[in-house]
Amino acid sequence: MNTLLLSHELLVLGLGLALLLAELWVPATARRALAYIAVAGVLGILVYSFAALRSGMDPQYAFGSMFVLDGLALFFKRFFLLATAIVLVLAAEYSDRFKAGAGEYYSLVLFALLGMLLAASANDFALLFVSLELITVTLYILVSFQRNRLTSLEAGVKYLIIGALSTSFMVFGIALVSGVAGSFSFPELAATVARYKENRVFLAGLVMLLAGLGFKIAAFPFQIWAPDVYQGAPSPTAAFLAVGSKAAGFVLLMRVLFTAVPAVISDYAWLLMAASGATILYGNLGAVPQRNVKRLLGYSSIAHAGYLLLGISALSQQGQSAVLYYLSGYLFTVLAAFIVIGVVLRHLETEDISGLAGLSQRSPLLAATMTISMVSLAGIPPLAGFFGKFLLLKSIIEQASARPGYLCLAFIAIGGVVISFYYYFGVIKAIYWSKETPDLSPIRIPLPTRAAIYVCLAGMFYLGMFPGALVNWTNEAVKVLKF
Amino acid sequence: MSILTYILGVPLLAALLLAFVPRNYRVVMRAGAVFATFISAVLAVILYARFNVASAEYQFTQFIPWIDSLGIAYHVGVDGINVALILMAAIVAFAAACASWDIQEREKEFYILLLVMAGGVIGAFASLDLFFFYIFHEFALVPTFLMIGLWGRGEQKNYATFQITLYLGIGSLIALLGLIGLCVYSGANTFSIPDLTAHFAKNPMAVAVQGVIFPLLLFGFGILVSLWPFHSWAPMGYASAPTATAMLHAGVLKKFGLYALIRVAIPMLPDAARVWMPILAWLCLGNLLYCGWVAMRQKDFNWLVGYSSVAHMGFVFLGIATLNVIGITGAVLVMVAHGFLAALTFALSGYVYRQTGTLEMSQLGGFLRRLPFIGVLLLMAAFAGCGLPGFANFAGEVTVFFGAWKVYPAVTVIACWAALVVGAVYFLRAVRAMLQGPLAERWVHIADAAHPWRKAPFVLLLASLLIFGFYPRLLTRHVEIGAARILESVNRPATQGQPAVTGLGATSQLMLRN
Repeated sequence: MNTLLLSHELLVLGLGLALLLAELWVPATARRALAYIAVAGVLGILVYSFAALRSGMDPQYAFGSMFVLDGLALFFKRFFLLATAIVLVLAAEYSDRFKAGAGEYYSLVLFALLGMLLAASANDFALLFVSLELITVTLYILVSFQRNRLTSLEAGVKYLIIGALSTSFMVFGIALVSGVAGSFSFPELAATVARYKENRVFLAGLVMLLAGLGFKIAAFPFQIWAPDVYQGAPSPTAAFLAVGSKAAGFVLLMRVLFTAVPAVISDYAWLLMAASGATILYGNLGAVPQRNVKRLLGYSSIAHAGYLLLGISALSQQGQSAVLYYLSGYLFTVLAAFIVIGVVLRHLETEDISGLAGLSQRSPLLAATMTISMVSLAGIPPLAGFFGKFLLLKSIIEQASARPGYLCLAFIAIGGVVISFYYYFGVIKAIYWSKETPDLSPIRIPLPTRAAIYVCLAGMFYLGMFPGALVNWTNEAVKVLKF
Repeated sequence: MSILTYILGVPLLAALLLAFVPRNYRVVMRAGAVFATFISAVLAVILYARFNVASAEYQFTQFIPWIDSLGIAYHVGVDGINVALILMAAIVAFAAACASWDIQEREKEFYILLLVMAGGVIGAFASLDLFFFYIFHEFALVPTFLMIGLWGRGEQKNYATFQITLYLGIGSLIALLGLIGLCVYSGANTFSIPDLTAHFAKNPMAVAVQGVIFPLLLFGFGILVSLWPFHSWAPMGYASAPTATAMLHAGVLKKFGLYALIRVAIPMLPDAARVWMPILAWLCLGNLLYCGWVAMRQKDFNWLVGYSSVAHMGFVFLGIATLNVIGITGAVLVMVAHGFLAALTFALSGYVYRQTGTLEMSQLGGFLRRLPFIGVLLLMAAFAGCGLPGFANFAGEVTVFFGAWKVYPAVTVIACWAALVVGAVYFLRAVRAMLQGPLAERWVHIADAAHPWRKAPFVLLLASLLIFGFYPRLLTRHVEIGAARILESVNRPATQGQPAVTGLGATSQLMLRN
């Protein structure tokens, strides 16, 4: 076996352990520098990834066929590395709110990243489960990291209970599926799966497995934890949940559906369509009355899971490629929003929307960033969010001639988008013309945070206006999937 | 590079540059915006003059591949129809920038948003690629929201902001579904308008699919144009908007949906168009009669103008519904004329509001004495709005009626009545209430536009109305070639439907006889 295949994972593991050790010697005042070292390390690994590996590579396997490195895995590994780098910048900015253990926080983020990198390569139920647990268990700690804040602890407990429930679903599902089919490995399963189309035990196992993954991506009816956890978790953790954890759920979902059981799932498109439509409506309707920005983003992340499921339910390469595109745009957009929230609302007890009042005078850059990211989340051109939605809608309309239900789904999706205009524009309204007399002190933004903001802005505009290069890459990446 | 790229690019580039100018350079903001829109307007006049009226092909085209795998390209070009609309859009944008002197706070944001809006809408008219066509139009959505919210007026401002944003969002998303469906089911894997039109000419889309896509486009774009009964966002939005936003929105942006029907829906889906057009003809009476009637009942001048601009859209819908060269030529004439007229009336009402702080007509009166210049212009605008000869509106409306007479005689009779009587009633009522009668004590301080700079936007818009009104051939000879081309696919199975009055020059002869 070629150890080079695991190079991303090994490097991240090494970096995480090194940080954990370094904390022993680094004085408490220099903890912020530790975060920037972690950022530099993660960016270094990202650069290495681009330098050493071609995105159009042939699949290579490790540990039998348990671990696969192919175009799709590589796409997601780079995605996770970039997301983590930005999350770490935000964590450095936020670290003065942690009473202790900022260094541990960065290491835990890196261990969660390790889980995501493994998830991107999972080609077997065993690795799927292990990687998912690595992500989830580290996130339990990251969510409740502000030990002195009740809401943070509450969020941690909720996440733990519902997470444990979903894990048990998943284990049960894996047991049934692999018990019937006699294999853990996705390729072996794919070869025999057509036989079990009518097998109720197998189908029940598959549904439980999907329920477990549905929890990760916060899809209806497993979305119930998201608003509470987003609200209570520290901003960097919430950002990491929104981007990293969700994307990990989606890569695993795509692997399971499109490499392990493609022959079965083609009969059950309606299930995915129903989940997608319900998730879109639930997320958007739930977000309308929210006053807490993070809670609002929690609901909006449910809605976005629903949009992403559109691409999955299309059961086509276009749909899969659209999912990848949408996630990339979502990365820049949501991280930009969380950076602004982290910087502006840091010193407030509650993260109420009214806390954004007067932001256009306090910091025009942050005001513009928040506005642009809301506009991109709402899916208005020329930003990344629009082009992602355009690709998703296109992928389901392409299927509509065979199955008119897709047209209904498209209508539900645009209905959801219109509802989302209401609350996203509500945030913009709070920034620019809120009546409450706000604190008008200027906000100082440290250089690394400023750089992260510029990266996010550039990403949103680039992906919205020059989508050609990424579209080609995502088309290339999903070639390993069936359909 | 094509001159079109400069016309749409100069405002957008200026917006980008202004973003880097410190916000206390207020004069730079204003001068930059006025200068950029001026360049754009001058280039548009040059474009219009250099346009070759003998050719029915797209001219001044430019093509840059954008996303090859999806068949999306930056592709601009003009034929007779959009060359006129671009001219109108660029002139109105310049007038709107000039008329924005009343913006006294956050000038930086205002002028950036104004320029984005202007560049976007010109881009939408110039695009020959459906993807760019759509996203250029959407450039205006966020600026509209922010401009009404930040610089708007009235108690219902917040409500109006969300209403206009949600309505425009619904309309454009429904239209987006239709456009995506159009491209996906063409089987041509392209978003290029000329390529798709040529493709559909050879292999028309199945009638059943047309029947699904056409209503999406008709109602999606219809909402953007305030087609009755989806019009309620327009008057309230315009009444709450700052002057420049109302000018651009009512004058220019609203024409986008109409242009999209003419450019995309009718030539690409001719079979469904023949089915839906009689329905549209009856719906347009909703605009003409119902909204005209509502306009008569308004107490606030801005609301009156808003409803009248919704009502005027009825003429355009009627012209489109005829599916013949004269009707569509007339529709485009009304679009251009109404663009100038709506901009002029909103600029005037904005001026009066700035002086008085109210547009409640019962409180105004006798202004012709204090405001000779503004008052005369208001009178002229009212005449144009009633459709008096000599203004471009008359030329457009009468052409629409000539086109519609053979196809929908009953609708035409009612529409004529609406144009002459209803329009005259509400405009003359407004003139009497505002300009004549005794001057109230509290208004003795109000001042007329004195400085030539202040007068410039009004004069420019009125002059455009008069030039095209006295010499409509300046427009028709451009437009009718484009209209004839649009209708090629509709008229192909000539045995079906109404025998359309076709042939170039028919319009011009009719116009000359008048």
